[in-house]
Amino acid sequence: MSSEEEILSKVQETLIDALGVDDDEVSPEATLVGDLGAESIDFLDIVFRLEKTFDVKIPRGELFPEGLAAADSGFIEDGVVTAAGLDELRTRIPHADIDKLAADPKVENIQDLFTVEMMCKFMSNKLASK
Amino acid sequence: MRWFWVDRFVEFKSGVSATSIKNVSLAEEHLHDHFPGFAVMPGSLILEGLAQTGGILLGEKNNFDHIVVLAKVPKIKYHSYACPGDQLRYHTELVESSHEGGRVACTAHVGERLVAEAEIIFAHLDSMDESMSQSIDQKNFVFEMGLMSILDVDAISQAVNSDS
Repeated sequence: MSSEEEILSKVQETLIDALGVDDDEVSPEATLVGDLGAESIDFLDIVFRLEKTFDVKIPRGELFPEGLAAADSGFIEDGVVTAAGLDELRTRIPHADIDKLAADPKVENIQDLFTVEMMCKFMSNKLASK
Repeated sequence: MRWFWVDRFVEFKSGVSATSIKNVSLAEEHLHDHFPGFAVMPGSLILEGLAQTGGILLGEKNNFDHIVVLAKVPKIKYHSYACPGDQLRYHTELVESSHEGGRVACTAHVGERLVAEAEIIFAHLDSMDESMSQSIDQKNFVFEMGLMSILDVDAISQAVNSDS
């Protein structure tokens, strides 16, 4: 098993345990909130499990940044993420597919950045820098 | 009635584990309805006792600087019952802890019999939401207000038992 496959399988296992979803739901494209029904408190649970499974420390906000859509962030105008906001997202969550959001930068699409694939990329980078 | 679902701590290893006991009594009103002719402690209250034990374990690790709230129960399995006269022994181990909260693994036993096992996640409310830390006066919150007096019971018990 390649390391990429191994990471995917461990991330899938983590989500199955944390969210009580079936294994066939946890496809790489699946969004955590929209498809898998994750709520804010689940992110804490997921981070705890990843830290244990991969034996790494994940500082707060590194995997799942908070306050991205805050009204006072200055990166949202008329319910749409601004170009500056998109740049900020590229810096803060380089593991997410910001290009996809840029194609339709509505605020409500921000949560769709959190996918199974995004978590795998994050873990892969994290393990490489370990 | 007060919302105390443990009677006494019997072992406390700071940041590691905590064990408490709960004596089930027929004086508890709800046991007469749960269920008529079959008095057993509601599973939800066993979970509450485990959460109070684990919550204090996590809170103490951080000198009660955070407002600890039960956030999620990823796993709870009931294996057996506890009825009046039984003494439940709640054992909790702190598996994870961070600035944002923590996770405990716990069991409830009556004697050697496993009654329940659970995993509980707590969040530090003040860390999750800054508006909360301003609107809730820590001194009035559960740990300061009353729940912490459970730890005093241990001291009373030691004093009473050492006299005899």
